[in-house]
Amino acid sequence: MSINATLIGQMITFALLVWFTMKYIWPPLFDSLEERKKKIADGLAAAEKGQEQIILAEKKAKIVLKEAKDQSSEIVTLAQKRANEIVEESKHTAKHEGERLILAAKGQIDQELQQAKEGLRKEITTLALSAAQQILGAEIDKAKHQDILNKVSSQLG
Amino acid sequence: MATEAHAEGATGYIIHHLTALRVGEGFWSLHLDTLFFSALLGGVFIWFFKNAAEKSTAGVPGLAQNFAEMLIEFVDQQVKDSFHGHSNLIAPLALTIFCWVFLWNFMDLFPVDILPLIGSMMGIEYLRVVPSTDLNATFAMSISVFCLIIFYSIKIKGPIGFAKELMFQPFGPWLTPFNLLLKLVEEIAKPISLALRLFGNLYAGELIFILIALLPWYVQPLLSFPWAIFHILIITLQAFIFMVLTIVYLSMAHEDH
Repeated sequence: MSINATLIGQMITFALLVWFTMKYIWPPLFDSLEERKKKIADGLAAAEKGQEQIILAEKKAKIVLKEAKDQSSEIVTLAQKRANEIVEESKHTAKHEGERLILAAKGQIDQELQQAKEGLRKEITTLALSAAQQILGAEIDKAKHQDILNKVSSQLG
Repeated sequence: MATEAHAEGATGYIIHHLTALRVGEGFWSLHLDTLFFSALLGGVFIWFFKNAAEKSTAGVPGLAQNFAEMLIEFVDQQVKDSFHGHSNLIAPLALTIFCWVFLWNFMDLFPVDILPLIGSMMGIEYLRVVPSTDLNATFAMSISVFCLIIFYSIKIKGPIGFAKELMFQPFGPWLTPFNLLLKLVEEIAKPISLALRLFGNLYAGELIFILIALLPWYVQPLLSFPWAIFHILIITLQAFIFMVLTIVYLSMAHEDH
């Protein structure tokens, strides 16, 4: 029961314990507690931020999608227009080509007709000459009556 | 005659249990059992917390770290509730007090005869295993706290400020001697009440365990079991009270009027 030197020994032990706790126990444990608190708070903040970003991204995606739709419909319209143009153009070209072909054919026909007429003219000349020769005999000079023959053959054209 | 012998036997048993293992004479003697068990329990406290502190991470805590952190948060909350300054000492001090006193008191829950029996087998005649039933242990702690109170009072308020507080409060300069007397009593009552409260509770508790141990064996469980359960509350409560009062006294020392 009596108070004695044990008191001093106990005080020394107590001082050592407090010193040790203060130096080596409290700071690391308390720091890790604080750090964890901070980590959790940061995590929550990040999660909230992420949520906000998702909303933002969704909005952005909607805008982009709308733009894309608009653009595609524009492209489709353009393409349709262009297709119409091409069709028109080809129709035009075909028409032209046809006309040209018809003209060329007509030209050829004319030429051939001309040639045929020329041929016929020559032939008729020959025929007429031979007929005249036969009728008139050898008296008629070919060189002398050339003008008359030419007149006759030109009447044919 | 037989009754008297029995009474003497019982008294002897009680006295034996409450006598410390002592070496030396007069003031310069030591209670080896108190010193040994309190140092041992201090070692347990340090070992556990050091272990937790070394492995402490801000990630997922282990079991030991979890428990240590629970205690640290609890103590920190108590400190924050009553102490509004900034101090690196008070919270670790409070933690040490709470854990150490709790471990001292916890020794009370060991069956009263078992450790002294082991001691007697090893040739130790007296063994008192609960350090808080030794006035030296409780006073050592409360006097240390008292020294800190004085130290911080002087440090925060300055020697003159502290002297002024002692002399002129609460009744003003005209009643200086009376104020001084009142303040001295108030200050000195702090360590005495701290030490005696803890000592008285645990000494009485231990005494009741010893008295129960004197009863016939078939009665003992009926009494010692509820008393032990009640005691779990007492030992925690006493450790808590010692800690909280320390915090309160130190925060009073930090407050400048």
